Order: sequence, then structure tokens, then C-alpha cells
Amino acid sequence: MTAPTETPVEAGRLSTRQLSWQRRRQALARGWAEFRRHRSGMVGLGIMVAFVLVALCAPLLASADGLSVTKATGGVLESPSGKFWLGTDESGRSVLTLLIWGSRISLLVGLLATVISMVIGTLIGLLSGYFTGWAGSILYRFTEWFLVIPFLPLAIILATVLGRSLFNIALVIGITTWPSTALLIRSQTLSIKERPYLERARVLGAGRAHQIGRHILPNVMPMVFANTTLTVAAAILSETTLSFLGLGDPTRVSWGTMLDSAYSVGAMTTGSWWFFLPPGLCVVAVVLAFTLIGRALEEVLDPRLRGR
Amino acid sequence: MSMVVAGEAPATEVTPRSGGRGKSYPRYVGGKVLGSLGSLAFMLVVNFFLFRVLPGDPARTLGRGRFTTPEQLAEFNRTHGLDQPLVEQFFTFLRNTFTGDLGVSIKYNVPVSELMLDRMWPTLLLVGTSTILSTVIGIWMGIHQAWKRDSFLDRSTTGTALTLYSMPEWWLGLVLIAVFSVGIGPIPGIFPTGGLDSGAVGQSAIEHGLDVAWHLVLPVFTLTLAYLAEYSLIMRASVLDELGEDYLTTARAKGLRDIQVRNNHAVRNAMLPATTVIALNLGFVVSGAITIETVFSIPGLGLLSTEALQTPDYWVLQGTFLFASGAVIFANLAANLLYGLLDPRVRS
Repeated sequence: MTAPTETPVEAGRLSTRQLSWQRRRQALARGWAEFRRHRSGMVGLGIMVAFVLVALCAPLLASADGLSVTKATGGVLESPSGKFWLGTDESGRSVLTLLIWGSRISLLVGLLATVISMVIGTLIGLLSGYFTGWAGSILYRFTEWFLVIPFLPLAIILATVLGRSLFNIALVIGITTWPSTALLIRSQTLSIKERPYLERARVLGAGRAHQIGRHILPNVMPMVFANTTLTVAAAILSETTLSFLGLGDPTRVSWGTMLDSAYSVGAMTTGSWWFFLPPGLCVVAVVLAFTLIGRALEEVLDPRLRGR
Repeated sequence: MSMVVAGEAPATEVTPRSGGRGKSYPRYVGGKVLGSLGSLAFMLVVNFFLFRVLPGDPARTLGRGRFTTPEQLAEFNRTHGLDQPLVEQFFTFLRNTFTGDLGVSIKYNVPVSELMLDRMWPTLLLVGTSTILSTVIGIWMGIHQAWKRDSFLDRSTTGTALTLYSMPEWWLGLVLIAVFSVGIGPIPGIFPTGGLDSGAVGQSAIEHGLDVAWHLVLPVFTLTLAYLAEYSLIMRASVLDELGEDYLTTARAKGLRDIQVRNNHAVRNAMLPATTVIALNLGFVVSGAITIETVFSIPGLGLLSTEALQTPDYWVLQGTFLFASGAVIFANLAANLLYGLLDPRVRS
């Protein structure tokens, strides 16, 4: 119910909410136009979309039966043929089927780890930048401490201690990659905090939660977004490395576990290139795609970086 | 790549305040040393609790399936001091760590510190050589890429660097083994597939040195390519940052030759961030070597920790983790001190 004294919104004039949404849409469109000008970023986007489609359509492309060792139809390490386009692995399964289904696990772990890393990193970065007193410095110290923990040794220990499962791998990657995000968000928060509109909000009596949630967070979000794509790249690489070291989920096939079994059966020395080359190439393609997108996004958001 | 993530954001606070009350260098050093000591303390706490608290009952995790009787379990608890209260265990752990007592390896049955000292040299040789090579080549490449920006050379080498950067370095090692050690088709392999030496008896010192060098060619090449990608990208970005600066225009207006402007003006300033990142990365010696040593079976600290994973040899894992994190803290401190020395602005 509108109070009678209040004038209804005139046609053609927009409410503040509509206005802010319109402005956000415009900013997004401008950003997209800018992004489209980056050839490498667009190439990365194309590759990423292709891989995501393959991962989503895995059941349509290859039957899940192909993952079962007992239902394998091929011979041991058969070279590529009309029946098995990319040959077979040591148990006679089609490498192409493993590759298609493996993309799901590799991408899933990458995304899951990124979400964990982003949530922790953004939260700690925001708070350590916003609060100037002892709370802020403790959080900052905490970030610094985590930053110096060497990733692989810690990941090895955590994976050993926590056990080997899909979620644990993502968790391990997440809790070892958040500090760089936190530092980035912190420096952004520090600069945004000094801007006049936040001073104005403070004067008008905005609480801390309102200042952080409505003013600072929306402003650091684009940076978080750009950082996210770079973190996905790092997370997929980490998943591959951890699985290769035998720390992956033993019940699921990912590109990393494929490379692990290729290494254990000595695919390099027997010349079974179809077993160790395709998974590696997929990892390189996906990681490169996310890296290219991330770099292009960074340039779109930070004009100082243009031309790099 | 793992180390890249951390390496990209050096823990240096670069917030030049207006007013510019720069601290004196000794005060800056003092602050940084204190900070590092804090990190070290945190590291020790993490190290202690990771192995004792997280899994619930350490004896069960540590001796997975090896104890059949309660007596054996009690014996294990006593020898590892696990029957003491947690606080007491922590102080024992601190005392032992500072006196170099890192426990006894379950697999080899020798003190972990001795084992690690033995295995340190191959790692230092491998990582040291690769770091020196990749630093020199990477910086040189970065400068040339940035100076001739958008040229064909720049585009192709930057593309290559980005691809290498997106590649698990151990996979590159596997491919190189397949090509150069095993050989493709009629072309025979020329390099050894792994190991640090051929184990031949009666070699003279020089022969042995050459043998080791021969075995290290592929691993060093692999690691150099991996680091090279990162260093050249960083150097390229730092030089590009300087390109638009006024002092370069001034230098050109003075009539200096292009090469003088580049080497004496732009590169000098661009070296700052690159130096820090390289100093920081030196700390990731162990982490960097883990996968490469595994793939090429080089008996260094990295291979030691992946082997310990199979047993699992907890004290060895703890020891290598302690060494790895200590190295990072030390390198971090060195990077900060170096930066403070080179650029007085960060001391504020």
C-alpha cells in the first residue's frame, strides 16, 4: 500500500532499484564489449565452453559402462583403431571414454576448490581490509602465515590425514589457495574504503554490515570474478598433480588419475602415447583457457594492465 | 604452478603513505624478522597439530594396521611420547625440533634429519641449476619481449610461455622421457630415463661428475622450462609497466640510444618485482622438486616425501614439510629485506 502523500513512480522515471539494476546491466554490457575485443580471451572462452559441454554431455557421448574394468572389451594397451579412437588403457577400457568422463571430475574438483578458496579468500580479505584495529591485523597476519605454507607438501599431508576422496581433494586445494585471493581483496577493500561515497554512507549512519555488504562487496566482486577464473586454472592443475601422486579419489576417473595409471604401467617406455598424451593435452587446454580468460578479464577491469 | 599462486602475491605491503615517513632500514629489518618469527611459530604449531590432532587417534593413523595387540599399541604410544598430555607433547616436539631431532623414519629406520641431509644435495643441485638457468634466460626473454611488444617474436614467445605455464611440469617431463630417453620409432633415445647416476663402480671423480650431469640434463631442462615461463612473464609485465613512464621519454630526449634507455633506465626499475618473485620462489625448492624428482627418480627430498607417502612414513613427511615451510619463510624474509634495500619506499 502506498501512502497517499507519496507520489507514485511516474512513467518513464525509474525507482532507485530499477536504476541501479539498469546501471549494472549497462556496465556488464560494456565489459562484455571490451572482453570481446580480446582475441586470446575469446579463444579461451571457446575452449572452455567446448570442454564444459563435453563434461555435461558425457552420458550422451560415451556409455558409463566403459568406465567399468569388468565390462572392458578391448585388449591391454591397444593402439588407436576404428573401434577405439584413442586406444585402450591397461585394463582394456577405451581411453576416449575415460577422457570424456574424466573431464567431469577434473572440472568439478576445479570448480569446487575454487568456490571454497573464493569464499574464504573474499571473506577474510574483506574483513581484514575493512577493520583497521587488531582484528584486521590478526586476519592479515593469518593470511600471511597461510601464504608461506608450501602448497604441495601441505596438500600431501592433508590428503594423507583426511583420506582420499573427491571432496577432500577440493578442500585441500581450497584451503591452500585462498591467501592470494584474500590479499587481493584486502588491497581493493583498503582503497574502496577511502572513497567519498563510503564516507557519506558512514555519515548517514550505515552500519558495518551494510557498508561491507552493500558498498564494498559489490565493488570488489568484479575483481573476485577475474581472480576466480585464474584460481580454477590453478585448481585443475593442482588436482592433476595430486591425483598423479596417488592422492586422488581412487573410485573415480579424472585426467590426473589417468596420468597416474599411465605412469605406473610405464606408458612412456612402451610407447603407448595414446594413454599419457591426451589427458595431459586436455589439462593444458583447459588450464590455458581459464588463464587466458582470467588475463583478459583482469585487463577489462584494470585499465592499467591494458596492452599486456 | 602450485608455487606460482603464492609467488604472485609477495607478502610485502606496498602502501606508500602520503607524508612519507620512511623507517630506517634497521627498523624495517627488525619488523620483518619479527614477522618471520611469528610465521615460524605458526608453522611449528600447524606441524604439530596436523599429525596429532586432526586424525583423532594418532597411533591408529600412524601405525595403520600394524598393531595387532594392545601391548604393541601401548609400546608405540610410549616410544612416540603419545601417552603424555598434549601440552607436554608440544614442548617435547619444540625441544626436539630445535635440537634437530625429527624422529626416526619408519621405513628406513634411520633418524629423519640424517636422511634429509643425505637427500638434500640432489635437490639443491637440480633446483639450483634450473633456477639459475631459468632466471638468466627468463629475464633476458622478458626484456626483449616487452621492448619489441606485439612483434611476431613477442606474440609467439608469450604464447609459448603461457602454454608452458598451464602445463603440469611433470607431464612435460613424461613427454620428454618418451621422446628423448625412449625414442620415437626408429630414432633411439639418447638420455637416461632416470636416476642420478648409472651406479657404475670404479669411476673417477670427474667421470662420476659427468655421469651425474648426463643424468640431470632432462630433469634440469624440464624444470628450467617450467620456471622460465613464469619468470619471463613477470619480467615482461614489469618492463611493460615502465614503458609509458616520463623518465624514459626524458632519456630518449637526451639523445640516448635505444639500447641505453632500455638497459640503464627501464630494466633497472623493472628488475625490482622480478627480483622479489625469484627470491620468493627459491623458498619453494622442495615443492618444486617433488614431482620432477618422482618422474625422473632422483633421490632428493622431493622423492623422499612421495616415497614416504606410500608407507606412510609420518615422521619423514613431517620433517620434509618442516624443511619446506622453513625454506619458504626464510626466502620470504630474504625477499622482503632485499626489496626494502632496493626500494626505500616500501619501508614506510
